[in-house]
Amino acid sequence: MKTFVVSTIVSLAAGTALVSPVSAQQHTGHDMAQPQQSAGQAAQQCAQEAQRHRAMGHTVPDGACKPKPEAEVEMDHGSMDRSQMNHGAMPMAEGQTGMAMPINQSGQQVPRMDHGTMTDAPARAQGMQGIDHSAMQMNSGADIPLLPPPPEAGSGPARAAIPIWGEEAMNEARQELIRETDGGKRLWIQGDRLEYRAREGTDGYLWDVQGYYGGDIDKFWFRSEGEGAFGNKVESAEVQGLWSRAIAPFFDFQAGIRQDLTGPKRTYGVVGFQGLAPYKFDILGAAFLSNTGDITARFEAELDQRITQRLILTPRVEVNLAAQDVPELGIGAGIDRIEPGIRLRYEFVREFAPYIGIAQGWKVGRSADFARAAGEDPSVTSYVVGLRFWF
Amino acid sequence: MGLLGLAGAVPAWARGGDLLSGVARKGFDEVSGSNIDLTVARSAFSTGNRRGGAIAVNGSIPGPLLRLREGTTVRLNVHNQLEEDTSIHWHGLLVPFQLDGVPGVSFPGVKPGETFTAEFPVRQSGTYWWHSHSGLQEQAGHYGPIVVDPAGPDPVQADREYIVVLSEFSETDPNVLYDKLKKSADYFNYEQPTWTDDYPLSGAQRRNWARMRMSPVDILDITGSTFTYLINGHGPADNLEFNFQPGERVRLRFINSGAATYFNIRIPGLPMTVVQADGQNVEPVEVDEFQIGIAETYDVIVTPGNDAAYTMVAESMDRSGMGVATLASAPGARAAIPPLRDPPLLTMADMGMGGMAGMAGMGGGSESMPGNSSGQGAARPGMRDTSRLPADVEVGPGLAMVSANPVDRTGDPGVGLSDVPHRTLNYRKLRALTPNADRRIPSRRMELHLTSNMERYMWSFDGKKFSAVSDDPIRFAYNERVRVKLINDTMMTHPIHLHGHFFELVNGAPADRQPLKHTVNVQPGGSVEFDLTADEPGDWAFHCHILYHLVAGMFQIVTVANPAGDEA
Repeated sequence: MKTFVVSTIVSLAAGTALVSPVSAQQHTGHDMAQPQQSAGQAAQQCAQEAQRHRAMGHTVPDGACKPKPEAEVEMDHGSMDRSQMNHGAMPMAEGQTGMAMPINQSGQQVPRMDHGTMTDAPARAQGMQGIDHSAMQMNSGADIPLLPPPPEAGSGPARAAIPIWGEEAMNEARQELIRETDGGKRLWIQGDRLEYRAREGTDGYLWDVQGYYGGDIDKFWFRSEGEGAFGNKVESAEVQGLWSRAIAPFFDFQAGIRQDLTGPKRTYGVVGFQGLAPYKFDILGAAFLSNTGDITARFEAELDQRITQRLILTPRVEVNLAAQDVPELGIGAGIDRIEPGIRLRYEFVREFAPYIGIAQGWKVGRSADFARAAGEDPSVTSYVVGLRFWF
Repeated sequence: MGLLGLAGAVPAWARGGDLLSGVARKGFDEVSGSNIDLTVARSAFSTGNRRGGAIAVNGSIPGPLLRLREGTTVRLNVHNQLEEDTSIHWHGLLVPFQLDGVPGVSFPGVKPGETFTAEFPVRQSGTYWWHSHSGLQEQAGHYGPIVVDPAGPDPVQADREYIVVLSEFSETDPNVLYDKLKKSADYFNYEQPTWTDDYPLSGAQRRNWARMRMSPVDILDITGSTFTYLINGHGPADNLEFNFQPGERVRLRFINSGAATYFNIRIPGLPMTVVQADGQNVEPVEVDEFQIGIAETYDVIVTPGNDAAYTMVAESMDRSGMGVATLASAPGARAAIPPLRDPPLLTMADMGMGGMAGMAGMGGGSESMPGNSSGQGAARPGMRDTSRLPADVEVGPGLAMVSANPVDRTGDPGVGLSDVPHRTLNYRKLRALTPNADRRIPSRRMELHLTSNMERYMWSFDGKKFSAVSDDPIRFAYNERVRVKLINDTMMTHPIHLHGHFFELVNGAPADRQPLKHTVNVQPGGSVEFDLTADEPGDWAFHCHILYHLVAGMFQIVTVANPAGDEA
């Protein structure tokens, strides 16, 4: 396959070069002294190319450069997939030792040409010849050794300007340049979900906010989530303060502390990750070890689906797990809660996007038992309207 | 000057006054002679319905044209009326390194209220430009053109000549633009794949892009959603007009002074003959459209015919907007303005998979996506096979992608131009007009990887931001000739600029005709090589000219030793 592709390209290149006189006639109206190839020149160049290929150890059939009657060299450039002429083929050619290079373009591979589409033949011809030359260059380039700078190049930091402008002034400017080209530190705050939740019984509310301050690699990350019903006390609320370090192109490692602000006082150590998974899922995972020794975990995933440039549908799921029962908090071992939802937002600007959606909360297993025992419904469906923002 | 002087502490637009009272003029004056003053000051700018703060030099955006002459000596006085440090880099001019204008590399910068004077012999001719090298000031308007007339006859003859400075204006402060990118890298992209788009992408292709956590429309970081694209400081609503007489040879000196925008240039109905690239004359090559990288310059000759007018279109590479001007044979004459074309999609080659999977790389093809790849070893696009990297590339969170098979892409016209139905330019079509001086075979090779993590908006060379290598410059011996290979392990095109030198693109031209460049585009997932004769001693900046990539870390210092072998 490779050989075939390369052969075709070379054939096309040779063919195009020979075709150029034809199109040169189309350009006679121009007054610029555009270098045009005569058929003789083309043949001569072709012969030179053939000689070079032979020098490279490629076999080139004799007579490969004889001009053909126009009818024979016709090619349909309109139908030719331009991408197939990708010059990327050449490095492969390098790798092919003793490869036959059929410059003879009269083989069956060469399709019919439509002259009507050949307005840029000289240009193509030039480009095509460039391929061969380039291949030669690349080969000669391979003879040039890949080396570090010689001793005469000197060593140490760049300091040429110091004797002219003074050490203090240059050092100060250098530090400023380093600071200025380091990506900077910035503060980002995003309200992922700030929403009103209409549901059976008393309507409620939810907030889910996160943000960071820091540079490309290390950041201070914070997060706060909570919810409640209007007229009642806040049901749950927590804040997290984390050190977030980029450990892979798409993922941060996070570690820090979580503090619950409602119910029984709980403080947790947090270890987790946050990032962008293949298929562009925004995912987050965290494990929590509480000051009473309980281990729980949380996993979140969401996916932005663009309906238009500004209308975005975002399915989302959150799963909470527990290693043991925590009756005080109504948490049962195993899967504690599953909360899928889907939200449709409109980005008036990127930073400001109101949304509507549906959110479902299921308490599962022993957590559901705890809920029923407390007189709560383990399954709650909410119709939500809210706002996503960032700055 | 009085008005500009007031702008010092609190700019007019920030005082709540009429925004237009202190507004910068659109377009530029010409300054020439042996002593030139450039005054940098806060200003405001307005185009269409967008207006905001800006920085103007000598009261205009772009700042004044420096018209110099080869063989003379020029004295440039940079007066800083800002409340912060500033600088001017003479992009493409061969100057002593200490006058090159990069704070922290070549000099300490120009403090508020102070004047910096750069006096140097003008050693070359051609089209160049100048701009601030401090922070993000360039985006705010701190740039302008340079034309150096040759000492002898100009091999390019024209009846008329215009300078075409391409740039962008946003009413949002550049530091805020950068902040948005750092927090949400696709913030400005409103051409993303959606359930309702009409991109020629199959479901499998879409899932594969998502699997890689990458985007097929990650073409430019900042788009027409906030940028108004300017030609000589004029937005599309400002009716910029270049006059001509039918049959005249008109020289257009295109300069991409944008901070973050690649432009595709075309003048429908009018072929363009490229005669100069990056200030250096090249063999004439006729095209219908070309892509100009950030900081590149191209001079073209056009010969307008009998049409009353032609539209000059500078479409952003992601096709989210365009700069527009008119070539008019009579004042007010207008031609149709073509609509924006469909946004392009990235391909297999852009993922560093050039030459793989049968190379059916275009976004629309069924074979064009990862996952459908049949063979070529274990290489799969979107993978981060760091075993393919040399040891000096740091593998960390700042490196999200490794090009599995980075190929020389100097034959490609640039993202989005592979399938346009007319002639385009690529680097392989450039040939130096006159033979290059140094024909030595390079004594060594070196490789540098362009690395990034788009999601975190981190950009670097060899996986290391400048802060990690600020004491470890790239070193060359004096007069050493080195072949430098740049390998792009990202899915964006990067315009890489080496200060103080011209290097020769290894583009298939004979060794003595390799075109000279000061800035080279490295296409996504591809590679490019250049031969450098390191004959300008001193410390030089070397960086990606996408301003936001520079400040994110894609910056290094190149140190060229003195002839004596010591430094400075």
